[in-house]
Amino acid sequence: MNTNENTILDKPMTSKDLVTDQDVRWCPGCGDYSILKQVQTVLPELGLKREEIVFISGIGCSSRFPYYMETFGMHSIHGRATAIASGLKASRPELSVWIITGDGDALSIGGNHFIHLLRRNFDVNILLFNNQIYGLTKGQYSPTSEEGKITKSTPFGSLDHPFNPLALSMGADATFVARSMDRDPVHLKEMLRRTHKHKGASFLEIYQNCNVFNDGAFFIYTDKETKKLETLMVEHGKPLIFGDKNEKGIRLDGYAPVIVDLADGNSTNDLWIHDEKDRLKAEILTRFFDNPIHENHMPRVFGVIYSEDRPCYEEMLVNQIADTISKRGNGNLDALLKGKESWVIS
Amino acid sequence: MAEKKELLEEVTIRFAGDSGDGMQLTGMQFTNTTALFGNDLSTFPDYPAEIRAPQGTLAGVSGFQIHFGSIDIHTPGDECDVLVAMNAAALKANIRLLKQGGIIIANIDGFDTKNLRLSGYGEENNPLTNGTLEKYHLYQFDITKLTRNSLAESGLTTKEIDRSKNMFILGFIYWMYNRPIENSINFLNEKFSKKQDILDSNIKVLKAGYHFGETTETFMTRYDVKKAKMVPGAYRNIMGNQATAYAMIAASQKAGVNLFYGTYPITPASDILHELSKQKVFGVKTFQAEDEIAAICSAIGASFGGSFGTTASSGPGIALKTEAMGLAVNLELPLLIINVQRGGPSTGLPTKTEQSDLLQAIYGRNGEAPIPVIAASSPGDCFGAAYEACRIALEHMTPVILLTDGYIANGAEPWQYPTAESLPPIHVQFEKPKTNAEEKFLPYKRDEKLSRPWAIPGTKGLEHRIGGLEKQHETGNISYDPENHEFMVKMRAAKVDKIADYIPLQKLDSGNEKAKVLVLGWGSTYGSIKTGLIQARAEGCDVSHAHLRHVFPFPKNLESILKNFDTVLIPEMNNGQLIKLIRDQFLIPAIGLNKIKGLPFNASEIKDKVVELSK
Ligand code: SF4
Repeated sequence: MNTNENTILDKPMTSKDLVTDQDVRWCPGCGDYSILKQVQTVLPELGLKREEIVFISGIGCSSRFPYYMETFGMHSIHGRATAIASGLKASRPELSVWIITGDGDALSIGGNHFIHLLRRNFDVNILLFNNQIYGLTKGQYSPTSEEGKITKSTPFGSLDHPFNPLALSMGADATFVARSMDRDPVHLKEMLRRTHKHKGASFLEIYQNCNVFNDGAFFIYTDKETKKLETLMVEHGKPLIFGDKNEKGIRLDGYAPVIVDLADGNSTNDLWIHDEKDRLKAEILTRFFDNPIHENHMPRVFGVIYSEDRPCYEEMLVNQIADTISKRGNGNLDALLKGKESWVIS
Repeated sequence: MAEKKELLEEVTIRFAGDSGDGMQLTGMQFTNTTALFGNDLSTFPDYPAEIRAPQGTLAGVSGFQIHFGSIDIHTPGDECDVLVAMNAAALKANIRLLKQGGIIIANIDGFDTKNLRLSGYGEENNPLTNGTLEKYHLYQFDITKLTRNSLAESGLTTKEIDRSKNMFILGFIYWMYNRPIENSINFLNEKFSKKQDILDSNIKVLKAGYHFGETTETFMTRYDVKKAKMVPGAYRNIMGNQATAYAMIAASQKAGVNLFYGTYPITPASDILHELSKQKVFGVKTFQAEDEIAAICSAIGASFGGSFGTTASSGPGIALKTEAMGLAVNLELPLLIINVQRGGPSTGLPTKTEQSDLLQAIYGRNGEAPIPVIAASSPGDCFGAAYEACRIALEHMTPVILLTDGYIANGAEPWQYPTAESLPPIHVQFEKPKTNAEEKFLPYKRDEKLSRPWAIPGTKGLEHRIGGLEKQHETGNISYDPENHEFMVKMRAAKVDKIADYIPLQKLDSGNEKAKVLVLGWGSTYGSIKTGLIQARAEGCDVSHAHLRHVFPFPKNLESILKNFDTVLIPEMNNGQLIKLIRDQFLIPAIGLNKIKGLPFNASEIKDKVVELSK
């Protein structure tokens, strides 16, 4: 064995080590590029070995992702990445499993597996690239497209009421719910770190621009001009403040959020202090989901909205087996085959 | 006591009653005792699809048939010698199965005006009294009343008391066939260990039934069925689904690979889940997924991780799994897919049996997606067939479909169980870590079996990506190259065809190597064919029997076997599926015998056809 070469594999992982020899085939300008870059930047910081990392995706533009990550990966079938990852994690709890999915993949064809993975709380990371459109099939509306959207399949406007992915995940008892965007690398990297750190199913929705079929869907949240007024960056223990000059705050009036002007003499002491562990308030935050064309709408929330400690499925599965074995001993195949009642014919 | 004893070689008893009468349990108890006693046997549970079909109606009748004897038994019996009818509907639904001169044991209480009306006989038309049963031996007594009398002092409610009336009939039949009741007492002790009053009353009623036979004058004859002369060895009684589950555990143990079972409940496959979920001491991971698709996908994920991913379902569930099966073909990972077939199409006949998913197994996927298919022929053979299916999946890096069906999955028979040591080894070798960073790992590089390496996450230097898109030869990278696609399609086909080099040659089950007629069967028709041919030979027919376990690919010598016969008869519980494959592959004018009634073949149906073809 050549120890010299051994050390090449043993040296700490860098972002470059995560790049594969495959050409990246997303459209130029696609938001996916930024997400790929941030993931490749953050992963080496996490103290993982490259061979312990697995990316599982379904079908869609975003689901090409595993081909560009020099880790273990599977580009599976439409909507099923979550189900495949569940089996993988159940069989190999020690792996770092990342699910790459999109709004159609996770919320339309794969909606069932998505909610069940969340309630079971497998310790995996789900990155949902939400671009509110079907990109790979060239421009039909998706389950997150806004009502009335004109697309190739809805020339007279979509009639579908859109999913609110974060509210859906709260409804499915997700233990970690966060939102970020492709155009804010600093925030996205921080959210990726938090996503990884959480033990349990971590759900990170990433607003991703599809510049070909739905360009600008999130500009209002990502553009310098409007970002500060339209987004609410939440942090645990900090008051809810937003606005061009951080001049606005949010206060809770009973269960009703109220926007207050800090310039009007409202003290930050009266503001809603973000608490990631507070389910009820997290649910209110996920409901900051108005279409921004409406007057008096709430800003869109970004950051870790909810996080909870709950035992993970795979952990309980392993424990249940270990418990049984410690009580009854290891299985004996001969005893199993013989059964309780047998007889001999001579 | 002036009782008469008659010696019999074989007997078929059918227990029939309302769904709530506990006939399945009664039948299973009689089966276990009879197996322990040393008879050969075969059973056939026949229960309604509706869990709560209206009481007293034909739809609510649940039956359990057992055929046992001192001779070789291969089927649950075409007709029965004894029919236990707990109510009028049970009699009406089953009387056609009773032999001329057969015995009817009827519970008078189940023939009151209400039951007569619901069963369709009509209130004024009680078969127990109107003389229509004259050609049978009718024994009638009020089992309900007898049960209540024996528990008068128990303090239990009438409802609770009535629930144990099946123990009365079980005790009575034990007496009639001269079997010990201790085995069932042990069973009750375990089942009701936490409910002393229920336990006591069940045992009391069981004994009351036995003693009733002894003391009453109504029944003058007892029967003896001597032990069967079976191949020497160690035996136990086993049901098909149980045998399948045991084989999966055995294969994982022998291969040294963890077993993962992802599934979704469905009749008649759920008992595999019930069995495997009990076996945590073998490290078995069972996962009741949210649907059929998730069930197979979780198994694929587990196999990707280096466990042996397995799943099971029945027809409709298998249909849902087909896209993922195609993925598994492309991924070339081990995967076991079990189809416990039932009557179709669609929801079809959930509790009835059929062999109508063979073509689905072989062809039912988009694209060219060959998957090997193995079929089990009897409850005990579910073990051997499932073990072989696991072996092929693990050693050849491929999904494998195992076909069983409701008939053998729920049926039971004495089984000469193997020792762990005697089971054939299963060789699994995970790809070793790479120590040389320059050496590129090729996930689709093939060995002499044409299978690719099993390279599991966590192994240094083996990072690679696989998926459903077409792959380049060796590298596994995405490739849309026309030449490569054709090459890979043919490669995947060649890989599955190559399995034929690693399976046993086809043997004849019985008969001469050259004869007039060959009966070629697959799956659960085995027992009926075997028995039917014994009868046909007794009538002078020159007939042989070959039974396929490997349905795809076929054993290499199958063609040469087929060519030795003037006529090839293929009986199937479908509208003709294996026959299409045989005609297609070997261009021979095989003849079909098809039964699509949700019921197994009677041996006589096979015999009649063979006799006809032998003329
Ligand atoms: S279609 Fe849209 S989402 Fe897909 S790669 Fe192009 S820009 Fe990106």
